[in-house]
Amino acid sequence: MKRQLLAAVFGGLFTVVVNAAEYNISVDRVQIDTGDFVKEGIGYNGASPGPVLRFKEGEEVTINVTNNLDEMTSIHWHGLILPFEQDGVPGISFPGIKPGETFTYQFPIVQAGTYWFHSHSGFQEPNGAYGAIVIEPEGREPFRYDREYVVQLTDKHPHSGDRIMRNLKMSADYYNRQQQTASDFFAESSKKGFMAALQDRMMWGDMRMMKADIEDVQGFTGLINGKGPEQNWTGLFEPGERIRLRFINSSAMTYFDIRIPGLEMTVVQADGNNVQPVNVDEFRIGVAETYDVIVRIKDEKAYTIFAESMGRSGFARGTLAPEEGMTAEVPELREAPLLTMSDMGGHMDHGDMSDDDMADMNGDDMAGMDHSAMGHDSMDQGDGASMPADPFYAKGSGLIPTASNGGKFLSYADLKAQNPLYEDREPTREIELRLTGNMERYEWSINGTKYEDADPIVLQYGERVRFKFVNETMMTHPMHLHGMWSILDVGEGKWNPLKHVISVAPATTVYMETEVDAPGEWAFHCHLSYHAASGMFRKIVVEGGPDTTMAEGTQNGQQGGES
Amino acid sequence: MSRLTASMCVLALTATALNAPAIAQEDPAKKTQTAKTFWGVSAEKLEYRYSDSDEELAVIEGDAFYGTDELKFRWLFEGEWEEAHNAWETLENQFVAQIPVDDFWDAKGGIRVDTPEGPDRVYGVLGLTGLAPYWFEIDTNLYVSDEGDTSVDFEAEYELLITNYWIMSATFESLVAFSEDREIGVGKGLNSTEVGLRLGYDLLGRSFAPYVGVVHERKYGDTADLAEDSGGSTEDWFAVIGARVMF
Repeated sequence: MKRQLLAAVFGGLFTVVVNAAEYNISVDRVQIDTGDFVKEGIGYNGASPGPVLRFKEGEEVTINVTNNLDEMTSIHWHGLILPFEQDGVPGISFPGIKPGETFTYQFPIVQAGTYWFHSHSGFQEPNGAYGAIVIEPEGREPFRYDREYVVQLTDKHPHSGDRIMRNLKMSADYYNRQQQTASDFFAESSKKGFMAALQDRMMWGDMRMMKADIEDVQGFTGLINGKGPEQNWTGLFEPGERIRLRFINSSAMTYFDIRIPGLEMTVVQADGNNVQPVNVDEFRIGVAETYDVIVRIKDEKAYTIFAESMGRSGFARGTLAPEEGMTAEVPELREAPLLTMSDMGGHMDHGDMSDDDMADMNGDDMAGMDHSAMGHDSMDQGDGASMPADPFYAKGSGLIPTASNGGKFLSYADLKAQNPLYEDREPTREIELRLTGNMERYEWSINGTKYEDADPIVLQYGERVRFKFVNETMMTHPMHLHGMWSILDVGEGKWNPLKHVISVAPATTVYMETEVDAPGEWAFHCHLSYHAASGMFRKIVVEGGPDTTMAEGTQNGQQGGES
Repeated sequence: MSRLTASMCVLALTATALNAPAIAQEDPAKKTQTAKTFWGVSAEKLEYRYSDSDEELAVIEGDAFYGTDELKFRWLFEGEWEEAHNAWETLENQFVAQIPVDDFWDAKGGIRVDTPEGPDRVYGVLGLTGLAPYWFEIDTNLYVSDEGDTSVDFEAEYELLITNYWIMSATFESLVAFSEDREIGVGKGLNSTEVGLRLGYDLLGRSFAPYVGVVHERKYGDTADLAEDSGGSTEDWFAVIGARVMF
């Protein structure tokens, strides 16, 4: 009796000190209505997207996840720093959650900002299993706002994830309806001459590659907070307010170019971490990234949030309005971009993607940020040519974004940390990861090896690893490291921003550094659902840690790179 | 003897595929985080043909597969039902194992069983299928029959996108035999060619695409003589109407 009382008292104290919060989430079959179609899917607490989970920095959260499906499930807390057993990747962090079972996640919240959660089992995430996480910081934020909204985007497709994967394997261009046609050819040849047009076609045909290979999975309806363009998600405001919009791209496959015509946006956070404010007219959000922007609205009128897919095959639309029901003009989709020879990097001289050729290309150093030898196809550069080049795209790339109003388009190069989390120090070693694939077979890999044939990448606790991403494919890959921060090298030293997704454009080399401060086993993969499932995935093993002797960790840290 | 050779080829192919890198260590996530096996059912041709000599034919070319990136099992079906004789003029079933040999090319090996009206044949098959530069889809096979006769077929297809939904497909097929097999009307040398032009429209995604087109079939040399002897024609023009289906 006494003991119980004592336990209760201590228990009570404990709660006060740690500030625990408990959440219940059920994983359910749901109907998803996009306005264009209704599709059976998977959601949380009976809806897709699931609830917005609001945590507080410093608290200990307990989340009971009940699986009401007839298949295994899991929840991954995307971008959260937590013990690896809580990371939610079946086969790496834990076995997964069986049908009918409740799994209890428990971890401390050690960060603040905008994140999201999603299933890491099969294609449950594209099928609707995602939701938002908002973490309130312990201290004051370096910016003010009167109101906030989560703006969670996705690319809802009428086909299930399994079917999409199967169709892509049957025919990689199954969903591509932006391919170059005979009429495009005639238009092109009247513009630059028949021979030039023919030569161009022959060059691409010789390599069996497509200029229009930007969005693998077209035919989706873009959703904002679960609402299609016609259903028009609306966030209300009072004129004169500052509104914080927490953009989350929960798409399976789609990058979005986002603008709010008539409003300038101040980017204050990227992937949950505060950045030095940048005013932009438009920004591109990679799959699984988050950007927080603040808009200040003076007028009593409606504004459209317009999110065009990078390949312009679809869009999401929402509205900010003083009153429910008010709308603003919805812009037309801009013309679809086309890849150029610059996006091809090393393929120009090779024409196929075999491992041997990859090795050659490496020597050529054709990919990378200095593309002095590139840009043969200046005709195709479009608007990009007159703009200052974005160092995160190949020079002359067809993917270089421009703001629709001719103004400022956010670049990775603009992102600088507000408050560096880590001391800047020399990396202990560099690991090169070539992003590789075979588009025709729809096989994706790292260093030419698919996950199923690969050994894990072994890191030592306490080291700082510099990752060199060399994109040798023509697709853009949003690379996501679980459990540890990705410090994106924008050339700003200690002000380099912390991210959890690093987007690597075709034929570019991008560096990130990681302070290896989280022991255990972690997932690392391209966040395009069908690329990850096709092999662009690795397990990362962090050896050593606070529990083992540091000496061992440092010693091992001297060893070479990935075998 | 030849049957034995053919099945050994299949075995060899299968063995190569299964011996693929076994270096990777145990990792349960490789199962949970990877989409491994795939399947597909399609009919490239599902059509009715009407010839300039009032011949009517129903033609099916079907394909079903199951497997991984490294090894697929494929069932290929080809049938020509002749209205006048109420009989299968062609009835082929191929069961092959398929493995990648290059970024764009797969090798196939297996057996083909022909059971049309008239004598049956069983063949060993060794083939190559894939995508050639400039987007030509190629499929070519070497057949060795249970009678010891050898032949090679070659198929090429090019798809011209009029728009992203209106698609013109041009096909070429030919058969060359290295020895005569009179019983089934095969002469030595170039046997036949078939050239087709079909204009289709992708009506339901890529699952259902109706088309119309023309097909020209011609027999050559001894094969043509054999066809004439049995009262058949040596050259035909067909109007075709049909659909391409894919599940």
